[in-house]
This record gives sequence, structure tokens and C-alpha cells, in this order.
Amino acid sequence: MLILHCPYCGVDAEETELHAGGEAHLKRFGPGSSDADFESYLFGRENPKGVHFERWRHVNGCGKWFHAARCTATLEVFGTYSAQVLEPPQDIRDAITAKRPGWSWRDIQ
Amino acid sequence: MSTRLATKARLLNTDKQIRFSFNGKQMIGYEGDTLASALLANGQMMMGRSFKYHRPRGVIASGAEEPNALVGLGSGARFEPNQRATTTELFDGLSATSQNHWPSLEFDIGAVNNKLARFFPAGFYYKTFMAPRAAWKSVFEPIVRQSAGLGKVPKDRDADRYEHFYAFMDVVVVGGGVAGLQAAKAAAQSGAKVLLLEQTAHWGGRAPVDGGVIDGQPVDKFVEELVSELETMPNVTLRLRCMASGVYDHGYVLGYERLTDHAPEASGPRHRLWRVRAKQVVTATGAIERPLSFAGNDVPGVMLASAIRDYAVDYGVSVGDRTVVVTNNDDAYRTAITLKNLGLEVPAVIDARASAGGELAEEAKALGIRVETGKGIAKVQGSKRVTGVAICSQAGEGAVIEEIPCDAVAMSGGWSPVVHLWSHCGGKLIWDDVRSMFRPDVDKAPTGADGQGFVVAAGSANGLLHLQNILADAQAAGASAAKAAGFTPKSAAAPEAQAREEAPIEPVWLMPQGAGPKLRMKAWLDFQNDVKVSDVMLAAQEGYESVEHTKRYTTLGMATDQGKLSNINGLATLARSLNADIPQVGTTTFRPPYTPISMGAIAGEARGEIFQPLRKTPMHGWHEEHGAHWEPVGHWRRPYCYPRQGESHADAVAREINQTRKSVGMLDASTLGKIIVKGPDAGKFLDMLYTNMMSTLKPGKCRYGLMCSENGFLIDDGVVARIDEDTFLCHTTTGGADRIHGHMEEWLQTEWWDWKVYTANVTEQYAQIAVVGPNARKLLEKLGGMDVSKDTLPFMQWQDGELAGIGVRVYRISFSGELSYEIAVPASNGRALWDKIAEAGAEFGIMPYGTEALHVMRAEKGFIMIGDETDGTVIPQDLGLTWAISKKKEDYLGKRAQARSHMTDPKRWKLVGLETIDGSVLPDGAYAVAEGTNANGQRNTQGRVTSTYHSPTLGKGIAMGLVLNGPDRMGEVIDFPGTDGKTYKARICDPVFYDKDGEKQNV
Repeated sequence: MLILHCPYCGVDAEETELHAGGEAHLKRFGPGSSDADFESYLFGRENPKGVHFERWRHVNGCGKWFHAARCTATLEVFGTYSAQVLEPPQDIRDAITAKRPGWSWRDIQ
Repeated sequence: MSTRLATKARLLNTDKQIRFSFNGKQMIGYEGDTLASALLANGQMMMGRSFKYHRPRGVIASGAEEPNALVGLGSGARFEPNQRATTTELFDGLSATSQNHWPSLEFDIGAVNNKLARFFPAGFYYKTFMAPRAAWKSVFEPIVRQSAGLGKVPKDRDADRYEHFYAFMDVVVVGGGVAGLQAAKAAAQSGAKVLLLEQTAHWGGRAPVDGGVIDGQPVDKFVEELVSELETMPNVTLRLRCMASGVYDHGYVLGYERLTDHAPEASGPRHRLWRVRAKQVVTATGAIERPLSFAGNDVPGVMLASAIRDYAVDYGVSVGDRTVVVTNNDDAYRTAITLKNLGLEVPAVIDARASAGGELAEEAKALGIRVETGKGIAKVQGSKRVTGVAICSQAGEGAVIEEIPCDAVAMSGGWSPVVHLWSHCGGKLIWDDVRSMFRPDVDKAPTGADGQGFVVAAGSANGLLHLQNILADAQAAGASAAKAAGFTPKSAAAPEAQAREEAPIEPVWLMPQGAGPKLRMKAWLDFQNDVKVSDVMLAAQEGYESVEHTKRYTTLGMATDQGKLSNINGLATLARSLNADIPQVGTTTFRPPYTPISMGAIAGEARGEIFQPLRKTPMHGWHEEHGAHWEPVGHWRRPYCYPRQGESHADAVAREINQTRKSVGMLDASTLGKIIVKGPDAGKFLDMLYTNMMSTLKPGKCRYGLMCSENGFLIDDGVVARIDEDTFLCHTTTGGADRIHGHMEEWLQTEWWDWKVYTANVTEQYAQIAVVGPNARKLLEKLGGMDVSKDTLPFMQWQDGELAGIGVRVYRISFSGELSYEIAVPASNGRALWDKIAEAGAEFGIMPYGTEALHVMRAEKGFIMIGDETDGTVIPQDLGLTWAISKKKEDYLGKRAQARSHMTDPKRWKLVGLETIDGSVLPDGAYAVAEGTNANGQRNTQGRVTSTYHSPTLGKGIAMGLVLNGPDRMGEVIDFPGTDGKTYKARICDPVFYDKDGEKQNV
């Protein structure tokens, strides 16, 4: 039963208000893409023990999607941020670096 | 015999007698008794039989850790199995029955398992039922089913009421012993909002029984004053009979409050589930005494030393006249001293340690109690009751030195902190060699959202056993929790306490340490699941090195025990067998709940009609008045049909269809999903969502569209109407409205967030009525208002207007193949319009029809239904819907996926119609068989039925199905074996059975 801060409506939402949406920052591959790229987009997912970026929707609240950066092992939440970015913003990365020096996720550090 | 003492008991009110029954036998106890203490007072030592061997078992403990004394309580709708006698407070009229035996507790056929015990070793199930394979169904399965399960399942619906309760706290303190009370006070003095939970009916925990002096007062008095003080603090909530069952992510705590279990006549809910968010949790959950592993340690009369003391002090119950105490630590001497002081006989204290020099030992000796050091119990004599013990050297193999007659044995293998709640959310443990226990590792507490620990262990739950240390630790824990929750604790010293100094414990994992196989086979580790030292050793020998695997192989610590009594002894035995250190072997995972909680409490108020809210259309009342037979569709209830007097459902469906096709019918289509998509980029957005082109649709027109997932599979369908340049109204399936709206929002918010589009789910804002049949137009014309002629309002167009004086939007769309109008009105006008249509339609014999008639009519027309023709593995191309897939568009959701090789494989099964040779109805979901068998020896298949009905219009069975190369095999007959043993022969045909050219709908 996590609590995540919804960056849109400002509510600290209980997990029952939220809907988990899997891994964040997927790049969509459409028609014309290679089989490998498409497969990886559709099915390839990170499964880290540690720092992870996820999509959540405040479904029983304001209805907005947002991103969460958290540690899958300790349940620590580094921050939540807009769904409308292609990668984690600098302040979120800094917050993670402060707690988990040397972290990396995909090719993000 | 166990009996009631004449001395005053701490928790009893002997002025009030209570009548209860056990296995039908009437007994008498006192107010304040637990069922266990009252049974003992009535001489009833044997309280059940063990699960596997059906050995006679008595009560072992006095609290939540009790593994044996599980009973069925109550009867009928209030029957509940597996209730611990030790935590069941006695009330007038209580009726309990013992478990795991047939025909009776005293004489049990299943006890033959005990004689055969050497044929039921660890992993018995895995080893025995392997072969012969044929014996599984006829022999093994019936036997296993007969003997499976602990207790009996209640047969009736639960008659009681339950509720959930939400709370937000700064500090939750779990455990109302001296540590919990002191921690609560320390936290509360900072101003923090504190909730203190105690699972029993009394404050103070064990300390009042164990003795000592706090601030110059007896412990009882100290507890009384502290509780009164806490009660006056407005920021403190105190709850007795409320067990914290689990600690979860980010400070979520579940409390299980038993409100009326002890007073069933009281009003209000029986249990209350506290759903608490705590900034900090203090676990002052105490410690549990460990049994010792010696042969016959499960014979009724062998109990934990602390439990024997509890029964004597708290309930005035003597477990036996002559109690031998066996121990590896000083605490058990308290039991010897207590019993001796009550005038009972303690023939000897058998102390496994080489020397016993603590203050308690000296006190016992001074009372004239014989103390034997370096000794152990070789064997307990007796079967249904202890008759004596044979003592031996602890260092040896069990050669009997002396036999001591006795009728009870008080054993103590040391104390294990209750670390369950600490561990639930990831708190780590360390092995304390000096104290022979796993205790919380304070540096590795469970962490919350901020990465900081949010649980603090206090008192004996933190591994401290001396009263002074416990109080000091509790004071510090309460203050540190308050501080972590953002408060400033007062600097206050812990109360001063005096208690006996104890000599160190010496670990004893087997008694005697060199016990051979015969003794090990009778030395129990897990009493509830009949796991013995020999079983764990066998598991180790067979290669089970992980404690988690051993647990599952031997069933050690399963069921209600969850490691309370068996855990440490079991893993120490495993460690010894593997020649490993205890910390290396580690513990099994502690999972909530700490003790079982009722299903009723979990469900709370969510049962019966309010289990989930029902969605009702504005015409729901009318359907009800007209005898609708309901079909659940998502959260909606839709009329399946409207059966009349003496009609079967099939008759009603046939009547509804025939009259609709002949004259006119009406359908409540309000549940259909309606989503408005609006904005300058709405067309572009819908082009991505639907497989066909929506941006080219002209305002005023309608188009049928298909939606696929990014994986290519068909997820929904419906008619899209373009309202104006910027606005579309998308119809979805009834069940799909919320899901599809979510799907749209997900893509808009997370992928195409720069597109200017808004969506709104207006499903419930509009009622929708389909008027269907050759007389539909005449009926609408009779209502009066807008022009509904073919020229003004042709097929696949819509118009706003007025009918019968009500503002409406009329869509010329058809899901039945008939001339059809779907009329949308604001929900508030739905019933009014429905009534007007029904009234005006009377002259045409208008026929309200339900979902089944809708389904049959769409199947007659060969229209697909999401969920029938699709199941998450079907793409539009499979269904002959390539006409609805745009070739011009560069992209839409699912397009890339549909280009994958297995999606374009010509061998994918394709949609066809199926008609049986004899006109019968194909079984739903039946598979068409092909020649040969597959690798598993099963018949090859070449297709399956997706929809099948009796068509009243055609007077025969019709079906749709997906068939290998189906569209190229028109006229071919294939076989569908039914589960009824009959093989149905069906001819492959066009899926459109009725009005192929659409002459009826396009008029």
C-alpha cells in the first residue's frame, strides 16, 4: 500500500486511488520499425532491484497519468513528476543520486 | 487431572459463573476465563488431535501462539472453525467442539496414522502418491480429500456484521504490555497522536505474572496507574482485543478488533478492521517461549513453563499436582517457585545447563525444590496424559537415570522476540548468540517513502528480557518514534524497576543432545502440523538446504502457527543437520496476518447488495415492473428477456425477435458507451485509435469502427458519429466504456500530449432507445416532431430534433438488420421517452426486447460481438473485417503488430458461418476436430464455435466460428464433438444468414 504524491492535483494518494501503468519512458515503435525494435518496445521491460521509473494513473482521483521514481527494494520514493516528458527531469535524478550514488537505469545515470 | 485452585486468581471474577459446553458436555467457568483455562479447570486437558497423526493433544500455551487447542465455535450461521481456546474469552452459552477426529475426541479412527507414523515421513505426499498414476483418481484423491483441511468449513452465510475503520496516526504502538504502555506514554507526551493496540482483553502483558517492582509498586499497580494516565490524554487512543495483524508499505497497519466475540449478545459489528496509516510504528509485541525438543514433548500435560504459570496466577488453574520443570534458562524457575508457593508439588527442576546459579535458582532451592543440572528428559511417559518423565544426562544419548512420576511438565527452551510485525515490511533480524534468539536488527528497520525506518521495536520484542531494560528501551522507543514523526519528545527517565538477575541461557536444540532416531521421531518441533526433529533431519539429508524449501517440504511452521512456536527450534535443527550456523540458515519469511483474521473483517461492509454498486439505466424501473430476467453486464443489469406467464426464456426470446422482425421492437441501449472526443486534433487522434479512417467522416454521418490494442488484437467496436468539425461521439460496447475512455486518456496524456483533444465519458448522461423493425418509422412519425424519412435521415446518419415534444438525437444505425433508429436523450428524459414510445407503439404491438434477442438478431446478420468473436487473440483480419481497416493510413494502434509474420499467417483461423446438418444448435465453444493427433496425443483441431444460437427467424441453429482456411471451404461439413458425447456436423457457410443485401435496414 504505497502512497504517491500526484504532481497534478497535489494529493498524497493511497495506492487504492492509483492504477499502476508499468515501466516509464517507453519509446513507441510503429509501422516501418524493425521486428527487434518493435518486440523490445512491446515486451522488453526492466526488472530492477533498486531504482525504477514507473507510470501511474491517479485513476480514482484527478484521472491524470504521472511518473514515479522509486526503489523497488526499499519502497523509497525519490519523487513523482509529469507524464509529459521523455526522460526523468534533472531534479529527480539529483534526488536519486543523493540517495543512491552511482545508480543507473537503462542508459540513464 | 487439571483443576481449579482455591486461591484468588488475577483475572477471574469468581462471583460470576459462566455456563458453556465442550463437545456437548455442559461445563462451568468464571467471568474472566478463557475457554482454555475453563476447560483445564474442568479437568479437560485433551482439547484436540493433531492434523497428520491424530495424536491426542492438550493445550500448550496460554496465548496467541497456541498450536493445539483449536476448536470449532458456535453453530449454524455463527459457526467458526480453528478458533484458539487460549484467546477465546468465555461467555454464557459458548459452545465449542474439538477438531481432527472421528468419531470422537477420546476414540479416533484416524489415530491409526500415528501407528503408521514411520510410513508418513517428511515429503510423504510427494513420495507416496507418485505411482501408479491410475490410483490417483480412485484411491489417493478421495483419501486426501477426506483428510485434508483443518476444521470444518462453515455451511451458512455469516450472520454477523463487520466494518472497516480508517485512521491516521503519528505513532501506532502495538502491544499493551509494560513496554507498549511506557512507549505510548513517551510518544504521547510529545503531543503525537498515538494509537495503542493490545490483542488480549487486559493491559500489562506478562509482567504482572512474572513479578518485579516498578517505581516501588507491584507491576499490576504500575500498569493500572499508567493506563489511567493514558486514558486522560486526548491524543491517545487505547484499544483492547485489537491485534495488529500486519505492517505494510509506507506505514500501513491493519488492526483486527474483536468487538463482540466475548459478548455475542452485544449490538454492533462483530469485528472491526482498522486500516491505519502510521508515520511510525512501535512494535512492543513481547516474546514467545520456545518448547524444548524431547521425546514425547507433545503428550497432553507437557506445556510451556510460562503458560503453566499464567494458568495458575491469572486463572487459578492447576495443570497438575506434580509438575516437573525442564529448562535451559532461569525464567522457568519462576514457574517452579509459583507452583511451590501455591502449595503444589514440583518434584524437580531439570536444568540442561551444567550449572544453574541465578537468583531464581537459589530461591527455588531455598524453597526445597530439587534442582538437577546437566540433565534432560529422555522421554515423557503416558499417551493421553503425562504420567512421568525419564531423566537422563543432557550430554548423552538418553540412557535413563531415573524415572520421576508426575502429571505435568513445564518446559522452557528460552524466549523468542515476536518479530513478525518488524519483519512484514522488510525489517531484518540478527542472531544474538548470547541470548540465543533472533532479534530486530535496529540498523535495518523497514523503510518508508522517505527511505528512513518507520518501525521501532521495544522491550522484549527487541530482545530485552530484564524488566528495567525493557522499560528503558520502551521509553527510548516511544521518544524516538515521536521524534521521527516530527514531534519533540519530553526528556523523561524511564521508571525504575527491580527484578531478579538471571544467569545466561544455554541453547538446547535437542534433548538429550545425542538423542537417537527413536527419540527424535517422538520429539515434536511443530505440534500443529506434526513435524518432528526426525522430519527436518530427513529433509536436510535429502538435500533441502534452504529453510524456505524445508518449510514447504515438511510443512514446518505452516497453517495458523506461522513460525510462532516451531520456527527457531526447526531452523536450529536444520542448521545442526547441515552443520551450519543458525544465522546462515536464517528464518522463513514472516507474512501477515500475525494470527488469522476473519474473512468477515476483510470483507467489512462490502457484502450482499453493497458488495459493489449496481449501475441502473433510467428505464431500470420499467424493466423491473415488466418482469425482466436480468443479465449482469459489467456493473450494469440489463434485461436478458421479458418472460411472460408460463413462458420459458427461450420462448420469450423467440417472441421478442419474431415481433421485432415482423413489426417493431424496442431496446434499452443506454448502457452503450458514449465518449465525446473534441478538439482541433480529434480526427487525427481517432485515426490513430480506430483501424479505419475517421477524420474523413462528414459531420452528420456515422461510421462503424474497430479499435485494436498496440499488440494488434481487437479490443472494441462501435459506431462513431461526427457531431461537428471538432467533435466526435464514439459509441463503445457496454462493458468497454470505462476501459476505452481510459485507453484514450492514456494515449493522449502519455504519448500524444501535444495534440489538442479532450475526451469525456458521457455514457450515463444519455439514455438511448433503439426502435427497431419495419414499423419503426411509422411509430416515430406517430410520435410527431422531426422528419425521420429516408431522404432526410438516411442510413448511417444522425440528426438532432424533437420527438413527442422531447429533444432527441436520432442515429440511423442498426445492429439487427432491420430499419432501426437509436434515439439518445438526456438521461433525465429517458424514462419519459421510453413510456411515450411504448404507448404509441401499442397499436403496432411494439415488443420490448432484451440482450438475448439483440444477440440472436446480430448473429443472424453476421455481426461480430466483442467478447464472443474476440477473446484477446483475434485480429480484425481474422473476422473478415479488412474492409474496416484503412490501407491509406500510415499508422494506427495495432498496425505494426498486425504486420508481424504470425499475424499475416494464412493459417490463422478465419470467421465463417456454421449451420448444423440437422438444424440443432452447436454447443458454445466447441472445437472442430481434424485428422490425426498432436504431440500430447490429443485430437488435432481446425476451428471453434464463437457464437451459437437457435434462430427463430430461420427456425434452425445458426453459429459463427473461426475455422482453418474457412472462407475457402464454403459448403464443407466439419465435425464438432460435444461434451455430451454427441458429434455435431456443421456446414461452413457465409456468416450473414439474414438479408445479405441489407434491403431491410437501408429503407
